[in-house]
Amino acid sequence: MTAPTVEAGDRGAASGAHHPLPARDHALNLLREMLRIRRFEERCVELYSAEKIRGFLHLYIGEEAVGVGVMQALEPEDAVVATYREHGQALARGMSARSIMAEMFGRVEGCSRGRGGSMHLFDAELRFYGGNAIVGGGIPLAVGLALADRMQGRSQVTACFFGDGAVAEGVFHESMNLAALWKVPVLFCCENNLYAMGTALHRHQAQTDLALKAASYGMAAYAVDGMDVLAVEEASRAAVLAVREGHGPVFLELQTYRFRAHSMYDPDLYRTREEIDQWKERDPISMLAIRMEAEGALEAGQMEQLEEEVTAEVDDAIAFAEAGTLEPVEELTRFVHSEEAAS
Amino acid sequence: MTEAVETRTTTYREAMREAIREALQRDERVFLMGEDVGRYGGTFGVSRGLLEEFGEERIRDTPLSEGGFVGAGIGAAIGGMRPIVEVMTVNFSLLALDQIMNNAATLLHMSGGQINVPLVIRMTTGGGRQLAAQHSHSLEGWYAHIPGIRVLAPATLEDARGMLGPALEDPDPVIIFEHGSLYNMESELDGDAPPVDLTSAGVRREGDDITLVTYGGTLPTTLAAADELAGSGIAAEVIDLRSLRPLDTETILASVRKTRRAVVIDEGWRTGSISAEISARIVEGAFFELDAPIARVCSAEVPMPYAKHMEDAALPQVADVVAAAREVVGSRP
Repeated sequence: MTAPTVEAGDRGAASGAHHPLPARDHALNLLREMLRIRRFEERCVELYSAEKIRGFLHLYIGEEAVGVGVMQALEPEDAVVATYREHGQALARGMSARSIMAEMFGRVEGCSRGRGGSMHLFDAELRFYGGNAIVGGGIPLAVGLALADRMQGRSQVTACFFGDGAVAEGVFHESMNLAALWKVPVLFCCENNLYAMGTALHRHQAQTDLALKAASYGMAAYAVDGMDVLAVEEASRAAVLAVREGHGPVFLELQTYRFRAHSMYDPDLYRTREEIDQWKERDPISMLAIRMEAEGALEAGQMEQLEEEVTAEVDDAIAFAEAGTLEPVEELTRFVHSEEAAS
Repeated sequence: MTEAVETRTTTYREAMREAIREALQRDERVFLMGEDVGRYGGTFGVSRGLLEEFGEERIRDTPLSEGGFVGAGIGAAIGGMRPIVEVMTVNFSLLALDQIMNNAATLLHMSGGQINVPLVIRMTTGGGRQLAAQHSHSLEGWYAHIPGIRVLAPATLEDARGMLGPALEDPDPVIIFEHGSLYNMESELDGDAPPVDLTSAGVRREGDDITLVTYGGTLPTTLAAADELAGSGIAAEVIDLRSLRPLDTETILASVRKTRRAVVIDEGWRTGSISAEISARIVEGAFFELDAPIARVCSAEVPMPYAKHMEDAALPQVADVVAAAREVVGSRP
């Protein structure tokens, strides 16, 4: 993976049939992780309607295979930079449903003390650096995090998530160039869900082959079926290995689709029902479940059991958030500067 | 018995270079990056010789990608380094404003206190060199509007030499504005130049009749005006803000309470400027002690013209400061 190449082999593949199913426990774990995100977010929609969650809420439903697949390739010391559509990455990276739900409820028990909300989930201990709501704004941050790791002689990798919309931003191109020029250990994960908010890829890009764009900066770039968690995991493992070995950044274009609107404000007038239904036929959760059943990796009743576990976790998170406390208003101006400096 | 401290004549540019060199020597985590800081030696010559001394890992030339390398500086700061990012001029920093405002200044608060950004950004600012409308503006006041960053304007060799060290020890982002007209300024500097505090304003000249508040590139202008005023019997006190955020309101108010008159000199445009903020603070804190309305000397509200006579007319000049001060003093109750 040292030479800049583009492989389009997985593009548009109908299923992950050529990716062998991993060990049963691992496959089950992939299924559970994707289901956690799906059910967590479905409840978020209800809570939004009930006005428990406010502000912007961007759902990852349909894209779960991307976040879950990439996270399999990361070690605990690796860093993650994500976007405003990051509930999935946060959950898959190990942040608790409780801390995320409490954050969305604006409670001080939330991962960002209620200062960030849905779009700004942070966990310094897990090296989860947001939660960035400026499109493309997190990309140079990831380059810098990776530069710091390299300059300090550490072998960590920074995984940087962004969407196809970010590819139109100047800072995307600046960061691709900088990362390749300095050969810093970043895994660029472009979640191509085909729409920059409501503008289709072909309406905002003259060149819609996003891996090709990245390859032009002198880095290895691959297009991957982002609806197939096994394909995502396999590509991510290979890419992370190359990045960790010091071959410089790798770019993955993860071709996916969001089943829900851009945000809770979006009437979703720019896509056809047929298009959405077509993509739903490739639902990453049911594709994996069906495959596991067919290959005897999912026993009768196991899916129901998973559903029960996940429901219990989400119920618990909601109860935790409901019981959470509001930060005293007297603390409003905290965290503008570090408290060690202010004292 | 105290040992005599060796002093020598040096320039603002060299003082800044020494400060960077010392920071690089003292802390392995410190590195300098920016456009042409390495092989070229810095657009204004500040980093000349540092590449040879510290190597290209730590004196890091960047592409012309202000958003990219300022953002990378923020990431590197979060990742445990102590970057000094040089942006060639404040005008180019607008290409990085998103990173400065939406990330550097915001991450700590947005993350509930988890992610601090120990980053220093240095940039030149200001006019007076016939560089026209895209290289001459003084936008420090804009940056001073943003909560979450510290904004410094060293106007003396002591501050050029002494502010960087404490700025690098700050756990949060600091922007240092170096006015282009100051680089060749020469004066004596102590050999052991101590670090300076980053929060208080300095009284550069004492006087009882009027307070002249300024910072950065207009400090020499204001001191020259104070000299001229002294010739006609007006004793002006000159306050050098040093820090535009936070503002040392107390030092300003203490002086105004003594002199009962104030002129604010600011190379930024008047409307919505730091001079407006200072005027407001004086009115809020010392309204009943004022004997005359506050006056301001600012840049004309035009994009900076190239022709010298026009640029001179646009920028605060000694004569403008003297005239404003005379008028304020003249309006005795």
